[in-house]
Amino acid sequence: MEKQTISIMEKQTISGKRKFYIGTLRFLMYLSAAITCGLVLFIVIYVLIKGIPNISWELLSTQPSYMDKSIGILPDILNTLYIIIAALLIVIPIGAGAAVYLTEYAKNKKIVSIIEYTAETLSGIPSIIFGLVGMLFFCEFMNMKTSLIAGALTLVIMNLPTIMRTTQESLKTVPQSYREGAFGLGAGKWRTIRTVVLPGCIDGIITGCILSIGRILGESAALLFTAGSAHVLNGFFQALGDPGSTLTVALYFYAKERGEFGVAFAIAAILMILTLLINLLAAFVGAVFKKRRKI
Amino acid sequence: MKKKKQLFETIIHGVFLILGLITVGSVLLITIYLIISGIPAIREIGIIDFLFGTQWKSTAAEPSFGILPFILTSVYGTAGAVVIGVPVGFLTAVYLAKIAPPKIKTLVTGAVGLLAGIPSVVYGLVGMLVLVPGVRVLFNLPDGANLFSAIIVLAIMILPSIINVSVTALEAVPKEYEDASLALGATPVETYFKVSVPAAKSGIAAAVVLGVGRAIGEAMAVIMVSGNVANMPSLFQSVRFLTTAVASEMSYSAGLQQQALFSIALVLFLFIMLINATLNFFLKRSKED
Repeated sequence: MEKQTISIMEKQTISGKRKFYIGTLRFLMYLSAAITCGLVLFIVIYVLIKGIPNISWELLSTQPSYMDKSIGILPDILNTLYIIIAALLIVIPIGAGAAVYLTEYAKNKKIVSIIEYTAETLSGIPSIIFGLVGMLFFCEFMNMKTSLIAGALTLVIMNLPTIMRTTQESLKTVPQSYREGAFGLGAGKWRTIRTVVLPGCIDGIITGCILSIGRILGESAALLFTAGSAHVLNGFFQALGDPGSTLTVALYFYAKERGEFGVAFAIAAILMILTLLINLLAAFVGAVFKKRRKI
Repeated sequence: MKKKKQLFETIIHGVFLILGLITVGSVLLITIYLIISGIPAIREIGIIDFLFGTQWKSTAAEPSFGILPFILTSVYGTAGAVVIGVPVGFLTAVYLAKIAPPKIKTLVTGAVGLLAGIPSVVYGLVGMLVLVPGVRVLFNLPDGANLFSAIIVLAIMILPSIINVSVTALEAVPKEYEDASLALGATPVETYFKVSVPAAKSGIAAAVVLGVGRAIGEAMAVIMVSGNVANMPSLFQSVRFLTTAVASEMSYSAGLQQQALFSIALVLFLFIMLINATLNFFLKRSKED
């Protein structure tokens, strides 16, 4: 209603020059929003149309074989899964622990600001630099060679800021009175944290995990020199010590080095579907948590 | 008994402190490793020859390691991406923050989130098969893998950062400012651009800087569409960025060549640190506003 009256007013009393200014800006805004949405639609639909026909059960369930010149991406799927599991198992305790330290323990403001500043710095460093330092430190200095675990540890450092931030945000929503109540009942600091504070930050950890899975799924530059590009079928623990390529790295090699665009698009379509699912999941979980907090 | 409990609490405190300091340790580790491994090649080549040399022939019989082409390509590529990406991202952000009806806003925000989530190799792949041939035909070139294609891909990739941060900044503008402007007879669109945008300028500046950081650090998408030859940058020539210089030779490099790649990474890292500092400056100012 209010908008309507204003738009009527616009028509009646405004000079031509102003009208032109308003009209142009309005047009440019709609155009920009349309370009943004159009790009997303185009990329998603193009990748799905080119990729889905190339996805076959054989592709998903086998490993590449030089003997019959066939390509299968099962090892890459498993490697992606392994690297996500390994990275999350390590990054959750560290990230959540750091967040607990910042909100519950830290009294020294300088330490807090240093940790927060470094977390911000970390999230601005490009993945190729993580890959390089991961290679120097984990693969060479720690003698892990090119292996999934070296890749996973590199990803741990990359995703630390995400888990820290989401956990910290949810810790802030735990009411101070809960902590005081627990202290009043004679619980020590650790017991209060374990029984009152940590259950309250599950929301943040889950959100952080979803974001991290999305980021790990799409990561390639950090894994190229740390986890390598082998396509061998392995069990979890065997795989951690061996080199292996994730889906993204496999896509890169099939497209850039071997010109196998069919396989590359099949992988791209799989990645696109997973990215869609993760984004939907993140939105859904976010809505659920928001609702729960209000009650 | 009490002492034992106190000791226990101290130990727990210590454990959490250590977890908190892992972040600090990681940043130190990255900085120190890059400096230690990046300095030797710069020393051997000479800092002037390294930074301002225009010839990169790492595998020639008489190798030369000048990275000016990479530095300039990264700077031009980022600048180009900003020139194209910022207007589109900024105007989309104003639309989302001020004009869009709630339902459309949710939809477009979801689309922007998806744009941020698409893996860079997928951008690279689509770029390789749609953009590169398109650019070749459109400009009548022998090959479409060049700086221009890379700029387009980067412009698309930095959109989500620009949009999300700008929207947050625009939404934080106090409603009183806008009400006052409307009451004085300005129309809504005039109000958004002459009151809301100036009030959110630090946040929007932070959004642009964040986009710059994303663009200069992107490697995989760019390596697939830029042709990857160490030329001095020119819009329609095959080029190599700082990031792609590292990525393309790392796997087979050794000796001075490998050390020179570390030095390139160090230069890239210095750029990023400079950008981070600028970003923090704007974020701080936007919080104060």
